[in-house]
Amino acid sequence: MANTVPDPGFAGREYPATSPYSVGREKIREFASAVGAAHPAHHDSVAARGLGYPDLVAPATFAVVVAQRAEAQYVQDPAAGIDFSRVVHADERFTHHRPIVAGDELVTVLHVDSVATRGVLSLVTTRCEIFAESADGTREPVSTVTSTLAVRGEDA
Amino acid sequence: MSAQETAAPRLADVAVGDVIGTRTVELDRSRLVRYAGASGDFNPIHWNDSFAEGVGLPGVIAHGMLTMGSAVGLVEDWAGDPGAVVEYRTRFTRTVPVPNPGTALVEVTGTVAAVDAEAGRVRVDLTVTSDGQAVLGRAQVLVRLA
Repeated sequence: MANTVPDPGFAGREYPATSPYSVGREKIREFASAVGAAHPAHHDSVAARGLGYPDLVAPATFAVVVAQRAEAQYVQDPAAGIDFSRVVHADERFTHHRPIVAGDELVTVLHVDSVATRGVLSLVTTRCEIFAESADGTREPVSTVTSTLAVRGEDA
Repeated sequence: MSAQETAAPRLADVAVGDVIGTRTVELDRSRLVRYAGASGDFNPIHWNDSFAEGVGLPGVIAHGMLTMGSAVGLVEDWAGDPGAVVEYRTRFTRTVPVPNPGTALVEVTGTVAAVDAEAGRVRVDLTVTSDGQAVLGRAQVLVRLA
């Protein structure tokens, strides 16, 4: 039987950088349309360049696409004890060091910042540090995505 | 994009308490499916009623991240530059059930809550409600303005 309480021993854990996520123009357009983001800089490269960007600009929450892939390393690990049918999203924060643009190759380092259980409720906070990786391997900080999940215990 | 630039607010003209605008977001099942595909979040609570009911929900609910992502467009458009959003945070205070058939309406209002002239940044707080109740809490957007 799976452990139904998140294991506090995961707090402080840092995962190796993910393989690169290639940010495509059509993905930015698709995501922007899905959230109703109509600004031309999401859809029209000429408009984006007019604002000084090298290519299409991702919407403010696009980084979640990249972050959730990285978070899966932790939340889908059976040893972590996170029962996803008992999870609700509690809190989300994006800090953009610079906007994500089409053409970026993004690698993510996942941190488990805290795992706290009080009574039947557990709060799990992860932090994704997202970097743009250049061909020569140098990394530029792009976004920090902090996410808190609330996990209800068996008796909740 | 000269029209966008002309329309962009100037830091000196922005004051605490200014309402930057309002927006109504219409969420129906097709929007949820579309967001699932675009985001890669295929949790069945966002498209499968019997699964959602089985985990104690009233039925299919919107992705919290869809509500969060849809609300911030108001600020991007006001700023005239989506890349000007340097920070965006929220709490998810209440789920948004999405009927079938039908549409859930999410009402968004943005108000200037702080102006930091030295840093060139403005904080816009979003009030986001559905069915008269807040669905996002402490939704705050930090925007860079010139």
